[in-house]
Amino acid sequence: MARSALAGSRIRARRLDRGLAQADLARAAGISASYLNLIEHNRRRIGGRLLNRIAAELEVEPAVLSQGAGRPLLDQLAAAAAAPGSEAEEDRAEAFAEAFPGWAALVARQAARVGELEGRVAALTDRLAHDPRLATSLHELISAVTSIRSTASILVGADDLDRDWQERFHRNIHDDSLRLADASRELARRLEPVEGAAASPAEALAQFLDRTDHHVAALEGPEPAATPAEVAAGVPGIGPPAAQRLATAWLSRYAADARALPLTEFGAAARETGYDPAALARRFGAPLAAVLRRLAALPPGEGHPPTGLAVCDGAGALLQLKTAPGFVLPRAGPGCPLWPLYQALGQPGRAIRAAVALPGDAPRLLVYAVAEPVAPAAFGGPVLTEAVMLVLTDPPPGLDPPAPVGIACRICPRRRCPARREPSVLPEDDGEARGHAL
Amino acid sequence: MAKRVLVIEDEPNITEAISFILSRDGWTVHTHADGASAADRVRRAPPDLVILDIMLPGRSGLDILRDLRASPETAAVPVMMLTARGQSRDRDLALSLGADRFMTKPFSNAEVLENVRTLVAG
Repeated sequence: MARSALAGSRIRARRLDRGLAQADLARAAGISASYLNLIEHNRRRIGGRLLNRIAAELEVEPAVLSQGAGRPLLDQLAAAAAAPGSEAEEDRAEAFAEAFPGWAALVARQAARVGELEGRVAALTDRLAHDPRLATSLHELISAVTSIRSTASILVGADDLDRDWQERFHRNIHDDSLRLADASRELARRLEPVEGAAASPAEALAQFLDRTDHHVAALEGPEPAATPAEVAAGVPGIGPPAAQRLATAWLSRYAADARALPLTEFGAAARETGYDPAALARRFGAPLAAVLRRLAALPPGEGHPPTGLAVCDGAGALLQLKTAPGFVLPRAGPGCPLWPLYQALGQPGRAIRAAVALPGDAPRLLVYAVAEPVAPAAFGGPVLTEAVMLVLTDPPPGLDPPAPVGIACRICPRRRCPARREPSVLPEDDGEARGHAL
Repeated sequence: MAKRVLVIEDEPNITEAISFILSRDGWTVHTHADGASAADRVRRAPPDLVILDIMLPGRSGLDILRDLRASPETAAVPVMMLTARGQSRDRDLALSLGADRFMTKPFSNAEVLENVRTLVAG
């Protein structure tokens, strides 16, 4: 979105949409065409009364020109346009979103739905090919059918069959019919799609956490209302006991964090320290990773600032993602390796504090990240590491210049990025075009 | 003297149905349900034909087939494979290992008889 996220670009796009000549708009706004040209190419800042005059001529709210359409919607449209074979005019996404916000939201929702369904198809295909329980069910069903078919043929074709054999084969058919009924029920249960169900236990847990803004009230307080296992059992679509055990393990860590960093005291200390994770870790004697998780679990609506959170394993797979305004990572598939989350993985134990920004004029984010071992050390055992990254979307002033990050290569305009692993579908970033870093 | 067929299959009702139709056709039928000891059983008394299921407890029918073909006393025994999996890669693998026929479940009794007669006569 960077190329259109500046006010000048929006003015130009809006003017062209309305079929206005640059000279006509300049005259109506009381400025020269050459000055308007500089504005439209983002070489002159615009604001105040001039912005209001141009907005009036273009019949649009000044804020639409100065701030543009909502970034989350634009990010979703960029993701939709990145689909293979797409011929969407990437450089007109913002104009589209502003002119037809309802349609744009619909496109974004449908693209997200397509992505979700594709993920489900991939998961089901994978299951069909590799799920041993599914293969066992299918084998059981075919074996029962084979036996019934052969035995029934014998009964129908052999008129001189003696009574003992007849009884024996009838019994076999009866037994196999029961087996067939069980096997088909089991197979149907394994294959039957449930509308709205999550594609995987991880997705079910993610949907549950998104609904609660990653705050699990039932596990808070000196006497929690439920155990982690009870909460896990109540997660819609969580699936079989093995999936519930994984969810229980995750929720047990939440409960342990809640005991070590009690909500009331921790919330008050967070306000007092200005949401400084290092100060909170020192005050409570808690690991930094737990503090980062806990800050992201502070309940919404109690005056705490908005936060995002990402947790990944040693392979970089996202285990938890709490998005926030201006912060998003792909849940599935590779994200941008420039995020401090992944940098932390390479240096376990080192705490990282950094200002970052997505391409264009995206707001600055303040992030804290650290990677720590997640399992007790065992002689000869595997070393399992997990990285945690907290994102503050409304950082205090005075931050260092932000380090560049992206969402994913395909929808990132930074052509010269050293971490690029596949081409982008977007035009070059404005900042890059003007010779800025990355 | 009646020709001998060894049915190596772990589903008792399928084994019983195959045994019945082959017996009525004049064959002497022996059965074996365990994959791990199946190759030894064939080597001890090589039959005129082996009907061999692929998915067996203890050992895969494909591994048993590989053993039979590697052993001089069983290398020439005709083998007809049975499987509940109809994928072409199973068929190709079985045939490349030396299977003489490949039948996918569920099959008809007539198919079984026809294949057995063809294999032993041939």
